[in-house]
Amino acid sequence: MRIAGAAWCFVTPALLVIGVFFFLPVVAALALSLTDFDIYALADLRNLRVVGLRNYLQLLQTPLFWQAFANTLYFVIVGVPLSITASLGAALLLHSRLARFPAFFRTALFAPVVTTLVAVAVIWRYLFNPRYGLLNYALGGLGLSPIDWLGDPRWAMPAIIVFAIWKNFGYNMIIFLAGLQSIPEPLYEAARIDGASTWRQFRHVTLPMLAPIVSLVNVLTIAGYFQLFAEPYVMTQGGPLQSTVSVLYFMYEEGFKWWNLGSASAVAFVLFLVIFGVTVVQLRLARWEHAA
Amino acid sequence: MWLASGCGSTSSRDTVLRFWAMGREGEVVAELLPEFERAHPGIRVKVQQLPWTAAHEKLLTAFAGDATPDLCQLGNTWIPELVALNALLPLDRHAADSSIVRADDYFAGIWDTNRVDGQLYGVPWYVDTRLVFYRRDLLRQAGFSAPPRSWPEWERMLAAVRTHGHPDRYPILLPLNEFEPLLALALQQDEPLLREGGRWGNFEAPGFRRALTFYLEMFRRGWAPAVANAAISNVWNEFGRGRFVFYVSGPWNIGELQRRLPTELHDVWTTAPLPGPDGPGASIAGGSSLVVFRTSRHPAAAWRLIEFLSQPAVQRRFHALTGDLPPRRATWTDPALAADLHARAFRDQLERVKPAPKVPEWERIATEMRLVAERAARGDLSVDQAVRELDARADRILEKRRWLLARRSAG
Repeated sequence: MRIAGAAWCFVTPALLVIGVFFFLPVVAALALSLTDFDIYALADLRNLRVVGLRNYLQLLQTPLFWQAFANTLYFVIVGVPLSITASLGAALLLHSRLARFPAFFRTALFAPVVTTLVAVAVIWRYLFNPRYGLLNYALGGLGLSPIDWLGDPRWAMPAIIVFAIWKNFGYNMIIFLAGLQSIPEPLYEAARIDGASTWRQFRHVTLPMLAPIVSLVNVLTIAGYFQLFAEPYVMTQGGPLQSTVSVLYFMYEEGFKWWNLGSASAVAFVLFLVIFGVTVVQLRLARWEHAA
Repeated sequence: MWLASGCGSTSSRDTVLRFWAMGREGEVVAELLPEFERAHPGIRVKVQQLPWTAAHEKLLTAFAGDATPDLCQLGNTWIPELVALNALLPLDRHAADSSIVRADDYFAGIWDTNRVDGQLYGVPWYVDTRLVFYRRDLLRQAGFSAPPRSWPEWERMLAAVRTHGHPDRYPILLPLNEFEPLLALALQQDEPLLREGGRWGNFEAPGFRRALTFYLEMFRRGWAPAVANAAISNVWNEFGRGRFVFYVSGPWNIGELQRRLPTELHDVWTTAPLPGPDGPGASIAGGSSLVVFRTSRHPAAAWRLIEFLSQPAVQRRFHALTGDLPPRRATWTDPALAADLHARAFRDQLERVKPAPKVPEWERIATEMRLVAERAARGDLSVDQAVRELDARADRILEKRRWLLARRSAG
């Protein structure tokens, strides 16, 4: 009894903080999502209507929301595998015994993660510039016609993906590097004695040993990529033709540009449910794989 | 302790006015204020500068948190929204009694943007409108010595530039990320953009159709490139290189072009009023106003500051500092302004400016207008589909307004 009491004493401050700063706002946002809170309601609360699930239903009928959802899925489905491959590739290169100056390259490859997004976005806008950009210069060198990266609705999202991968891959690379370093050397030694090629060592030693880390990185990256916002916000403002509007960007405009806090909250909950669902599925899959 | 020495120290009995100003204006207005403070001992002004991008959010959060300033610079399209919030003090009585702020000296369209439901909520500070910047040399090459006055003339010139000019040269630039060029053309029509007191969209009316058709024609015939501003890394350089001949833009570009183009290019461009369907047309009554908040504890002192900033002599200094165009005719008689060739077209245009619909939802509707027009300009929608889509979107956005108005007339 006294132990339980003491335990409660230790836990209460943390619970209070979580309750006040996390749980309460979430419940308030849920309540808000059932109203049509807007500037009229801000002026006078009598202008507030409780609309039940109408925000959600309207959201499902809003073409821009679906477009934002499709854009976000595109970003996640293409961006996450590429990003993880880039991270793993960079980690393997750094981990290789052939690597020269690993400390320097580790820092250099991690640098994009800690740079200010807005500042590097300016540089990337120059790289993407259709007339003077380095990317199109390189394409020209290969004999390809120039691409209007940020101005063409078909290319804007790929451009955002490239930028986001460059900005983020260093973070997962560090996690992978830590994972690689914890794989015991004797396993590789044994594999080499059995005559395994480099590829088979990678396939049958490295990957299985990294599996828990891959699944962790997967969950984190997918949840993070679903929350795409800053990149389109600074690079394209959602354009051209709304091809880079993400769910979060859509929510930002609803809430902070148009002050429809009710429907913005509904967007937030829909996004939460989506990320939650995807994460649950992933964890199930990981467990099932582990058991198999 | 009690001495207000005039060099920044504040006595506790002084009235302190909190004044929010935005962007460049917020930077330079401080230079005008010492004169005001000398003339009004006992009033101190504290200026807080807001970046334009954060201003709207900041104003609404300040309202929600009861932290609005005494007076504020406000983009005149935001006035209806703050009136809906009941945040602004009506200024009719002050203006009627004032010997400085005289309504008939202001350009009518600009003054009108400050009236909502018959009451005055702001005093114009500077104006902003859209008209035509063009390359005189390139237009002359195409065989025209004067700028267009009507749509048919304009079309002839655009077509001529297309045939005579370099294939890389576009006759006109209408950036797809701006709604203003299309809005200006739409305001030239007789029909309003919203009908029944701002309850419904009116985009299917013949007037808007005409404006949209003319606008889309420029893209369809390859006169205007279907690009946003971001795709043109440096609009001023490209204008200097002659990549386009006409550009619909606002007064700030006078200063930008003078600053950014080499001197030998200073005479090759100028401005002209916006052509209308048949003769000189209207444009947008934009700009910023000065407003007083209801919560202000010093409305009289705030009004005195507004009067000070509205004096023609002060507005001239303000124009010299910012390049912003003054909203009253008395200020425009200044020799320096009257001699400014590029500003002259604006003076002319300002006699023909019209406010955008004065409903809080307008900015959102204008954004939808831009998005739908962009899709149409890229060929995804016909004019018919676009106007129907626009009315549907506008009606959805105005749903709450209709409900409020119905309730008000029932109650």
